[in-house]
Amino acid sequence: MDEIAFPGRARRSDMRRRFLPVLPALTLVVMLGPVIAGLYGTVLPAFGHLPAAGLSGPTLDPWRALFDWPGIGRAVALSVTVGMGATVTALTLVMLLTAGWSGTRAFKALERLLSPLLSVPHAAAAFGLAFLIAPSGWIARATSPWLTGWDRPPDLLIVQDGWGLSMMAGLIIKEVPFLLLMTLAALGQSDASRAALVSQSLGYGRVTGWLKAVFPRVYRQIRLPVYVTLAYAMSVVDVALILGPNTPAPLSVQIVRWMSDPEIAARLVGAAGALLQLGLVVAALLVWWMGERVVARLGCLWVESGARGRLDRPVAAVGLGGGALSAAAVLLGLAVLTVWSFAAYWGFPDVLPDGLTFANWERHLRGVVAAATDTVLIASPVVAVAVVLTIGCLEAEYRHGLTLSQRGMWLLYLPLLIPQVAFLPGFQIFLLNMGADTGHLPVMVAHLVFVLPYVFLSLADPFRAWDARVGTVAAALGASPNRVLWGVRLPMLLRPVLTAMAVGIAVSVGQYLPTLLIGGGRVATLTTEAVALSSGGDRRAIGVFGLIQTAAALVPFALALAIPAIVWRNRKGLRHG
Amino acid sequence: MADGLELREVAIAKGGQPLVRLDCVIAPGDVLTVMGPSGVGKSTLLAYVTGTLPPAFTATGRVLLDGEDITDAPPHQRRAGILFQDDLLFPHLSVGANLAFGLRKGGSRADRKARVDEALEQVNLGGFADRDPATLSGGQRARVSLMRVLLSEPGALLLDEAFSRLDTVLRAQVRELVFQRAREMRLPVLMVTHDADDAAAAAGVVVTFGAD
Repeated sequence: MDEIAFPGRARRSDMRRRFLPVLPALTLVVMLGPVIAGLYGTVLPAFGHLPAAGLSGPTLDPWRALFDWPGIGRAVALSVTVGMGATVTALTLVMLLTAGWSGTRAFKALERLLSPLLSVPHAAAAFGLAFLIAPSGWIARATSPWLTGWDRPPDLLIVQDGWGLSMMAGLIIKEVPFLLLMTLAALGQSDASRAALVSQSLGYGRVTGWLKAVFPRVYRQIRLPVYVTLAYAMSVVDVALILGPNTPAPLSVQIVRWMSDPEIAARLVGAAGALLQLGLVVAALLVWWMGERVVARLGCLWVESGARGRLDRPVAAVGLGGGALSAAAVLLGLAVLTVWSFAAYWGFPDVLPDGLTFANWERHLRGVVAAATDTVLIASPVVAVAVVLTIGCLEAEYRHGLTLSQRGMWLLYLPLLIPQVAFLPGFQIFLLNMGADTGHLPVMVAHLVFVLPYVFLSLADPFRAWDARVGTVAAALGASPNRVLWGVRLPMLLRPVLTAMAVGIAVSVGQYLPTLLIGGGRVATLTTEAVALSSGGDRRAIGVFGLIQTAAALVPFALALAIPAIVWRNRKGLRHG
Repeated sequence: MADGLELREVAIAKGGQPLVRLDCVIAPGDVLTVMGPSGVGKSTLLAYVTGTLPPAFTATGRVLLDGEDITDAPPHQRRAGILFQDDLLFPHLSVGANLAFGLRKGGSRADRKARVDEALEQVNLGGFADRDPATLSGGQRARVSLMRVLLSEPGALLLDEAFSRLDTVLRAQVRELVFQRAREMRLPVLMVTHDADDAAAAAGVVVTFGAD
């Protein structure tokens, strides 16, 4: 029997045929182009080559200046300890929480809080945490003077402590919901509940059984998100500005300072610092990767030992306690932001202000409206483009079998794995060299780099999970591929599409560094404005901007729930889909 | 030019492993039943006819409908209607809109609506046009699903375990209705099933896969 490849799928000769298959390539260019251009634009100046400023290299001067900077040792150490500490802690908490409690009522309650917790921007969560734990924060107020004996805020450096502990905490409370979401998705794909049941029936405690039987498969699935968390926590800027130490600052913050310096020489040092940051992240990922192997070996020995787990109860309690604490920190943080935004005079140690007032809101209304306008102006087109490209890629995959391979998944995660601070300064220099102006359009291009992967990751599973037989039936009824997409598939997927849009908006709203660096100071979003307030310490203004920033990310999620519920109110078959 | 559905020396393989072979002509109004345990590639055969064979499979041979070679035609231009074991009514459309989806273009609004209403009447579902399909019983949904295919005026009808989700009594009723309609419309029917009752009710040629 001589066989030829079956041509039926490939030979569909409508116009789309020429356009649709190009979309995956276009998407990769849009997503990775700025990253590559940015790295290119970082490498050259790091070696003293910057033609736009009349400098030509190569020279090692920027590197000498970088290592001569007195804070370099501390800055590097902070990047590593904060990044590793936050990632290990968040991952451990999520794993223990899932191991000890998945399927229980307490777990369901935390699950329900997940979407709102996820959508709170990092900056707002960091401000909220600062207002809780600061010497004059809510916790100190609630316990003073009856417990602490403090009549005035104690002279303690809690926020912005030199060890970066509060910064680590600020990252953990945001990474726990992120990793939990990824874990939940992985649980569904790894037959977890039955494996847990089997190990329990073999006499294993809940946590031990889960760690031995389920954790390995779940970890395989959440590996890339864990890497993203590590890279992010090592190089974050906005959280570091709000909660991180000042003298010296973490490396990422110092890079931004160098890059904003009017002195060209400082920019060269900044570029060298950016490369150093990239090297640090790559090295940390390698160390983590080796750590995975060590843990796997130890884990195998542990499994073979047959230990049934005697510490299960306390370990599970730690997981739940940590998870609840981290959720509470975000929610109470939002609450304290709200109180501050309406606060009249609020003396220490009063738990609540003397009175509530709209004066703060009135004072900042114009600034909020202007920043919100810029935020929406940037987020809307970026998310629209991201959703169109994503649907195009997924539809090309469906029609032409252009599936993303495992390597493709790495490409998708690449913009999230390479620290923003490593390539955005270079992208800024690249744009300058190209003669492109700073402003809204370049900022949108930069936002798209980060919005696209998240929109894609959010929509891909539900899009692929759609029953292809429905498409076959529709085609057999005479509907063209386009009619199937617009008339059947997308209406049925209305909720996941809107959710993906909400994810995209939340990502765009939360972007600090791309807006600041690529916007060249001319684009002021809610996030850049809020973070800029951090140095001034006006808690009422921070409350106002932090709340609106949160709302900008949260409202789209609410709409993504409400709109399908209204549109499909008479369609029972779509109510839970 | 022979009327009906012809599968001319069709052979489907996966990764070099031959799965199924079939060479047959199904005359208008006749039923060809393909039987065999699950996993032998019965449904793959139907996917080849509808033009939705997954890329992992390779196939040779031609498919002809009323003498026209449709092997390379896109799925929506093949006029090969299909019923799966699930009714697969579009959950976002009303019952009437589901039927209108398959109705050929053209005709006034009132005319189209009348044809939909008439089709519903024929299966004792008059007045159901505005209903949410999710609120119908299994038997009602199966009937709507059948009328949706028939309104699209297919040249052949494919049945992919179409009755296996229905309970025994309902199953016989729906099966009888499908065969009766297909005969009336002189449709060649290619049925895939693992159930001997289905094959007996079809009263046509039976091909068994995976039995050697």
